[in-house]
Amino acid sequence: MSLFQNLSIHAAIGGLLIGLSALLMMVLLGRITGISGILWQTIHPLVNRLIFNNKTEFDAWRLCFLIGLPIGGALVHWIFQLPTPQFDHTSAFIIILSGLLVGAGTRLGSGCTSGHGICGISRLSVRSLTATGVFMSVAIGIVLLFGAP
Amino acid sequence: MKPLNLFTATILGIVFGAGLALSGMTDPKKVLGFLNILGPWDPTLMVVMASALAVSLPGYQWFLRNKEKPLLESKFFLPGSKSVDNKLLIGAVLFGAGWGLFGVCPGPALVSLIYGQWQVWLFVGAMLFGMWISDLYNTHSAEKTK
Repeated sequence: MSLFQNLSIHAAIGGLLIGLSALLMMVLLGRITGISGILWQTIHPLVNRLIFNNKTEFDAWRLCFLIGLPIGGALVHWIFQLPTPQFDHTSAFIIILSGLLVGAGTRLGSGCTSGHGICGISRLSVRSLTATGVFMSVAIGIVLLFGAP
Repeated sequence: MKPLNLFTATILGIVFGAGLALSGMTDPKKVLGFLNILGPWDPTLMVVMASALAVSLPGYQWFLRNKEKPLLESKFFLPGSKSVDNKLLIGAVLFGAGWGLFGVCPGPALVSLIYGQWQVWLFVGAMLFGMWISDLYNTHSAEKTK
């Protein structure tokens, strides 16, 4: 695929929507759109409450945001008749390893591509600029080492 | 939280999810294509990040410097840490390694559940487990320093 073909308008508009959502989350609710944090801060207290009967603090806004994610994805997927991505490019073992590392790393490092890469950089946070530089470099290194599909 | 705020959070999730799907970021091949800087390179992720930051960076900077509080809440809820520490660096290394292996990160993973493929469910399950293990470590090391 030529470089030009890859620079599709979808990427730019999709990016604008992501930026807009993150900006409005700060302007309206005063919060960072860090999805790894939002996910954990939803699952953790819910599991504590429902399974362990611990009265842990639970903020419903995160659950609302998380529910919105697949809804937004589905709407756009259907309206624009987008091609369905395939996830069969690697083994179950690597998928599990990848998930464990992403989960552990985002918790330990307090963020992911949305939290550090978009919101943290937007705050001009040194922590986020550093984290983003590190995870980008490592990810590139892994792909160069082990190959991409 | 007030119903209006909960509704707002839902709409923001919808917009974010729409952006992820439309931009191609839910396709691991596009992500891995970007990370594969020595192969046939896919600049999509760079275009997506640049477009997102074009909105959020100036917006954040203006709003945070000029306003005392957000419009629907009584205060900002910003992360307190200021310095780069080992946890941040190690976390970023682990996250980057995981991301480079499959090309999926938390946000796109949750949206990709809609495609109904077992690989995504497996990833999300492993991710939640990884988060839990890391949280146990975080709690344990916090206890030790008390």
